[in-house]
Amino acid sequence: MTTLSIDHVSRWFGNVVAVNDITMTIGPGVTGLLGPNGAGKSTLINMMGGFLAPSTGTVTLDGQPVWRNEEIYRHIGIVPEREAMYDFLTGREFVVANAELHGLGDKAARRALATVEMEYAQDRKISTYSKGMRQRVKMASALVHDPSLLLLDEPFNGMDPRQRMQLMELLRRMGDEGRTVLFSSHILEEVEQLARHIEVVVAGRHAASGDFRRIRRLMTDRPHRYLVRSSDDRALAAALIADPSTAGIEVDHAEGALRVQAVDFGRFTALLPKVARDHGIRLLTVSPSDESLESVFSYLVAA
Amino acid sequence: MYDPTVARLTYRALLGRRRALILGALPLLLIVISVAVRALAGADDQTAADVLGGFALATMVPIIGVIAGTGAIGPEIDDGSVVYLLSKPLKRPAIIFTKLIVAVAVTMVFSAVPTMIAGLILNGNGQQIAVAYTVAALVSSIAYSALFLLLGTVSRHAVVFGLVYALVWEALFGSLVPGARTLSVQQWSLAVAHKVAGGDLVTSEVGLTTATVLLVAVTVLATWYAGQKLRSLTLAGEE
Repeated sequence: MTTLSIDHVSRWFGNVVAVNDITMTIGPGVTGLLGPNGAGKSTLINMMGGFLAPSTGTVTLDGQPVWRNEEIYRHIGIVPEREAMYDFLTGREFVVANAELHGLGDKAARRALATVEMEYAQDRKISTYSKGMRQRVKMASALVHDPSLLLLDEPFNGMDPRQRMQLMELLRRMGDEGRTVLFSSHILEEVEQLARHIEVVVAGRHAASGDFRRIRRLMTDRPHRYLVRSSDDRALAAALIADPSTAGIEVDHAEGALRVQAVDFGRFTALLPKVARDHGIRLLTVSPSDESLESVFSYLVAA
Repeated sequence: MYDPTVARLTYRALLGRRRALILGALPLLLIVISVAVRALAGADDQTAADVLGGFALATMVPIIGVIAGTGAIGPEIDDGSVVYLLSKPLKRPAIIFTKLIVAVAVTMVFSAVPTMIAGLILNGNGQQIAVAYTVAALVSSIAYSALFLLLGTVSRHAVVFGLVYALVWEALFGSLVPGARTLSVQQWSLAVAHKVAGGDLVTSEVGLTTATVLLVAVTVLATWYAGQKLRSLTLAGEE
């Protein structure tokens, strides 16, 4: 049982607060660290991995401090986001070097390479690897000492769908084996497929924590805003407001459009085309005006 | 303290094709100059001392030291691959110590060996000049490597600062401003060379005792401080 505790951690760079008073506990199984780009996920992962000192607060692994404690790396495996990784070595040389640095030998390296299914390309130079192959070799280097905590920073970035599935499968297996696996992502669907437990970080703050389905429901049940243009905006507005799925409508003269606020996402999306057809109104534009991840997240923060 | 894996990675990074070419260029130039001087002017002790002192020790050794010293760690910190060393149960000072050994070895091979060869070509080691300058190159290789390894650990512009130190301070100020001469790795190593050669073909601004104390102090302090800096090295994220 490995538990990573982040206790009232803040980190600022000059006047910029990157991480703002975050407290969370990461236990065994797969946890997704979700947040838009620039939310402070990497800063947080760097502090979890002992590569950055918290400005205030503490990060501990089973009670041991992570910062300035080299011995802690016997228990942590790290898959950094950055690409650079001794490109002049072959995949096998790289993983063997990582094993040796842990005081282990060839056998551990072979096992790790087999786990990520990279034996077929292990004798090629890393500089010739695709993004997905690099990611898998990084993964092998992180697994070589059989760590109980695995930290991965945006591991799916730039991977093709097949590679993504393989890695997800691997991480799922690691979680099922009782390891503590934490990965960061800015893509909701990735987190949804892999993690049951998620931690959401927005603008450096801890926005939500818990079961994915509950948070997903919060996200989809929030009021949705749409910009709608039609052949008869006012008639459409009158028909829509009669239904409880619509909370408010504004006629935007400047845009020549309706701004609709829907409360029941599923019902509204079914209602709109039906109402239009029943009233002989042609829909010209229907576009969600707040579907960006940032707006989804900021809604979560407010909730 | 010495980790063979860290050493292997460092050697391979340092002696990669492009860097090896740069490292090899100056020694080659020194040999070519020596052959030309010997062919044109014949064997002359003063000329040999001028070439070895003016080019080999004042220019070539510090530049090789900059390339090897900063190159032993700077690029890894720059591109972030140092994370693979730092995420291991390895003492940070051991990483620095190992890299120092590698940088010293590379600097010695690419500066002291060609200095010896050039000396032999120039005057066949007459008056011990080749040996004296080779010893100076060996001694200064250690101090330069330690200094520039520290620079590579603390600064992203280590090569620029290193070259400014090597060329402006050591070569230019060192020959113009008397005060600067006493604070110069080159002068300290010359003091050792003077002891080896005797006579007054090889001279230094500082005494042997002072020089030895300063060489040891600079090497030890720079290495210790680089280890401390690496302990609290912060890896900036992509954000």
